[in-house]
Amino acid sequence: MDRRLREALGFGLFVVRRLLALLITVMVGVYLAIVVANMGGQVDELRLIQIRADVSEAVRGDPGVAPAERAALIDQQVALEVERLRLDQPFVLRSLDYLRRAMLLDLGRAEQMTSDQGSRQVSAIIVERLPATLLLFGTANVLVFVVSVVIALTLSRRYGSAVDRTVVALAPTSAAPGWFYGIFLILVFGFVVPIAPSGGMVTVPPPENPLAYALSVLGHMVLPVLAIFISSIFVSIYSWRTFFLIHSSEDYVEMARAKGLPDRTIERRYILRPTLPPIITSFLLMLIGLWSGAIILEQVFNWPGLGSLLFQAIGFRDTPVIIGGVVIFAYLLALTVFLLDFLYALLDPRVRLGPAGGGR
Amino acid sequence: MSARGPIARIRRYPSAVAGLAIILFLVAVALYTVVAIPYSQATADWRGGEQWRMNPANASPVWTNRLFGGNAPPTLTVSSAEADVESAGFEGGRQMRIPLTFDFTYDDFPSEMTLLLSVLGTDRPAFVEASWQRPDGTDIRLGAYRVAGEDRIAISQDRALEGRLGQVPHVALFAAEAQTGRPEVLPGTYRLTLDAVLFDEAAELQADLVAFGRVHGLAGTDHLRRDLMLALLWGTPVALAFGILAAVGTTVTTLVIAAAGVWFGGLVDATIQRLTEVTMILPILPVLVMVGTLYSTSIWLMLGVVIALGIFSASIKMYRAMLLPLRNAPYIEAARAYGASNMRIVLRYMIPRILPVLIPAFVTLIPTYVFLEASLAVLGLGDPVLPTWGKILNDAQTQGALFNGFYYWVVAPAALLMLTGLGFALFGFALDRIFNPRLRSA
Repeated sequence: MDRRLREALGFGLFVVRRLLALLITVMVGVYLAIVVANMGGQVDELRLIQIRADVSEAVRGDPGVAPAERAALIDQQVALEVERLRLDQPFVLRSLDYLRRAMLLDLGRAEQMTSDQGSRQVSAIIVERLPATLLLFGTANVLVFVVSVVIALTLSRRYGSAVDRTVVALAPTSAAPGWFYGIFLILVFGFVVPIAPSGGMVTVPPPENPLAYALSVLGHMVLPVLAIFISSIFVSIYSWRTFFLIHSSEDYVEMARAKGLPDRTIERRYILRPTLPPIITSFLLMLIGLWSGAIILEQVFNWPGLGSLLFQAIGFRDTPVIIGGVVIFAYLLALTVFLLDFLYALLDPRVRLGPAGGGR
Repeated sequence: MSARGPIARIRRYPSAVAGLAIILFLVAVALYTVVAIPYSQATADWRGGEQWRMNPANASPVWTNRLFGGNAPPTLTVSSAEADVESAGFEGGRQMRIPLTFDFTYDDFPSEMTLLLSVLGTDRPAFVEASWQRPDGTDIRLGAYRVAGEDRIAISQDRALEGRLGQVPHVALFAAEAQTGRPEVLPGTYRLTLDAVLFDEAAELQADLVAFGRVHGLAGTDHLRRDLMLALLWGTPVALAFGILAAVGTTVTTLVIAAAGVWFGGLVDATIQRLTEVTMILPILPVLVMVGTLYSTSIWLMLGVVIALGIFSASIKMYRAMLLPLRNAPYIEAARAYGASNMRIVLRYMIPRILPVLIPAFVTLIPTYVFLEASLAVLGLGDPVLPTWGKILNDAQTQGALFNGFYYWVVAPAALLMLTGLGFALFGFALDRIFNPRLRSA
């Protein structure tokens, strides 16, 4: 009983430790992002200009103020606002404040953009877009992962066959990212042979019926998912195939084969189980890579996700939204890394004991 | 292993040879471009302006005629210098009649028509009347113009003429009479007759009729009449330079840092590991977007940021795993025994051991950065002055090239990007099999 309890406790301790470490990592990353975004005081200058413009407009619009007093009143109001926003404090202090707010996901108010519901809150804008990104990239990733592992396992058994050689020959096509194939897919299936919607997430106007809505979203997902699929499937199969080939020549696999165990058992117990940790690792690392690529793929397909939000924010020069987007991406990546650690520890007991047991 | 070993082995892989051939071709194009079109000229031309005014806008490449069996017109220029000009002087002036004759036997209409007039030898404006003779004998009066100095008369944009003809002038003037649905070109000899009165006996009128075509050059033109060939050519050195510099910058620094971490261990290693985790969490493209938006989109700044973010990249973990077993290898111990310095051990003994694994990874990394640069440009964060492939794609996207059917605008830069990606990837994958025999035998 206590052995189990101890193990569970150890695991809990490991999770807490990793979580803390990641939190610190995110903090450092977000702080770096804030420093980059503020370097040279560009953001502060923009905000000062904005404050002055707002205040001047408010004062000019007030008929009760004599023209002679206006300048003095504007200066006074600007000073008040600057004090309220703590723009008079040194950047180091303020950056810590920004950091606290960013970590708590209090991302402030957008300068130009609004959410579809009309909110100016950056977090509201982002929350609105996040599900679209998660849906698209989640689907595509799971699809690529499952298909490539299954095909790779089959290919590793038929090493050197025509199919195997074809996949190896096609692997270099993955040099191009998803958006690149997206352009061609849009060209072919959106314009030359129009059989799939070339952009957007639902038909306009969106269908009332939830089922029709889901079907419409599914239809719009075909081309972007296909683009991601084409761009990563071959190299994925290729690397898994190589990986499985190396592992299926291990002594214990040969031994199992010599014992006359069926192929299925060998695959499941002798090849897949020991190689599961690296498989999970590479799956999540692929996720990390894809988050970064999201911006442009969404832009090409006009997909209303985080990426195209960030792109619109560039167009508006809406700094709070841009920084908010970077923060959210950092959180997503951190979450992915955490998941990675967590699963790894679940699958491979050595990792849990590693640092604590000091056995390196 | 002799020095010729790897080369001989490369030659046994057709994909390696193909990849290398593509890379060499691209390098040759890049070198030719940099020599033939100097940087200052390329950037100045790409900014657009007067030098492109004789080009049609949105014209397809000439080879599309061959490919799709069409017969679209190129740009035709008829100059008064080659015309039979009749001229007669009178008291205080001169009268001129300039017939500008040309054959038009294409399947498609011109994209635009412009008349360039210049009056030489006097400051006083000349009076010019233009009429249009079609092969079927009809005569259409185009209008009368007062011309002083140099003047550009955009016949296509003449709203009054369009109203009179019932169609855009450059279509109506060439259309066959039987009009059922789509207008068709009436082939034959057309003539634009200019009757001019100049108010100086020594004065002269020069006229050029430009019927802008639907095809131009080997690459076509964009909405600003710029020849896309310029950007396609200049995109090559930019893409190669960015890809190779970024790949060199990131792999070399990463490798040295990973080796140093493994060798020194302890605090150095821990710091490097934590920094790597921080960098893993920073999303590269959004950070680049942020830098591009807030600072500058100069390609050198982008390169710097890419390298800075790449220094502590995730591949440190991979190199670390490869280097760790080396740490206690007997030959390192031997080096330590004879008193080799830390630096020497890291740079001369540890790094060279994992280079074979690294070189293929390095080659396959190059297209990643080439596409990264293109991605930034497609997002509108391309270098402000340099013509690049990504910027063509960006222009094409903002101008709705696919929607308008200007497929060449997207296909040419995309094909070049793909060629670059394929070249390096083919070569890299083949190198991987050559340098890492474990994969080959497996």
